Amino acid sequence: MHQPIPHEEAASAVKLGRAIVVTSGKGGVGKTTTTANLGTALAQRGASVALVDADVGLRNLDIVLGLESRVKFHVLDVLEGKASLDDALVRDKHSETLVLLAAAQSREKDEVDTEQMRALIQSLRERYDYVLIDCPAGIELGFRNAVVGADEAIVVCTPEVSAVRDVDRVVGLLGNRFKPQLIINRLRPQLVKKGKMLSVEDVNAILRLPLLGVIADEPEIIITTNKGEPLALRREGETASAYHAIAARVAGEDVPAPAPEVKESFMEKLGTIFGGRRA
Amino acid sequence: MIEWVKKMFGGPTSSSTAKERLRLVLMTDHLALAPDIIENMKRDLVDVISRYVEVDREHVEVNFEREDRALAMLANIPIVNVNRPSPPPEPAEPQVAHAVMAASGPPPQRRRRRKKPAQQNPAPAT
Repeated sequence: MHQPIPHEEAASAVKLGRAIVVTSGKGGVGKTTTTANLGTALAQRGASVALVDADVGLRNLDIVLGLESRVKFHVLDVLEGKASLDDALVRDKHSETLVLLAAAQSREKDEVDTEQMRALIQSLRERYDYVLIDCPAGIELGFRNAVVGADEAIVVCTPEVSAVRDVDRVVGLLGNRFKPQLIINRLRPQLVKKGKMLSVEDVNAILRLPLLGVIADEPEIIITTNKGEPLALRREGETASAYHAIAARVAGEDVPAPAPEVKESFMEKLGTIFGGRRA
Repeated sequence: MIEWVKKMFGGPTSSSTAKERLRLVLMTDHLALAPDIIENMKRDLVDVISRYVEVDREHVEVNFEREDRALAMLANIPIVNVNRPSPPPEPAEPQVAHAVMAASGPPPQRRRRRKKPAQQNPAPAT
């Protein structure tokens, strides 16, 4: 692709894409969905993107992308020399410039060599504008292998005490090198308004990270994941637009961080009024 | 407005409870993750107390306890000896006295004059 080359590489002819690890500490906050959608949104912008599933033993990213039947080789096959990188990279169904390197399903996390993983990410960076690494939950070897080749981090956090605590820990472990940026996932604006969920401000008063954007907890994310068609393939809709805005911000565009708004029907408004009086 | 009325009658919301729990748990986490900071604090604490009384440095204990709504530091510092009251370290004390006086407004001139020779007196004695 003809993307501007990062400054330190401008002199040489070797292109060096950005390697970004998507992490969270806690499981189930939406790392994989976020990786798939952000990768799709970046590819829709014309960038070349490689998605790496670093969750060895629990392969998921292929499912979210709808590529499970196309996976022939995985990360460990490449690291062990059983397959070439070209053979192992799966072309996405929907986005021409998107490829996936799947995780091994029937293997263990500790079979991955950290230095080999670093080299693998490096070689992907030489070929793609973006390398997004889907990190496993936890902070053990799988986490270390996922972050070793990255030079930036996106942390995904839901508005829950446990998730915020784990992100706080992960950010501490990452240190300053990764310039972590935050995506708040699964926010329910209505609950926030009623004082039943931590708000974006509550979460970031504690984490104090640059906010890439906020994704609402919408049924369409579940539906698109069921089908294996990332929501970011759509051009319209609030949540799809939020993913595109996040991708634009990742690409360095100065667009506002997306934040879901409360949508209230007339009946809900009535309910709020009466509920308020009763409370 | 409605939210305000609700809060007036409904007590704390569950999100404010979450916020409070998060604040406390992170304070505890950060303390647990920074043993060197705690060691330094312990040392400084004992240093300050040692200026006034003699303490048993070997048996100093500093713990953090979480209660419902607060995090407390509990220090157990055994005192071995209480020295006879002696003038505390010279350079610090007159300055503090001066600062306190200055803070409570301009002192009467006469008093200030008397204070100055008093500051100089102990110096030649030691």
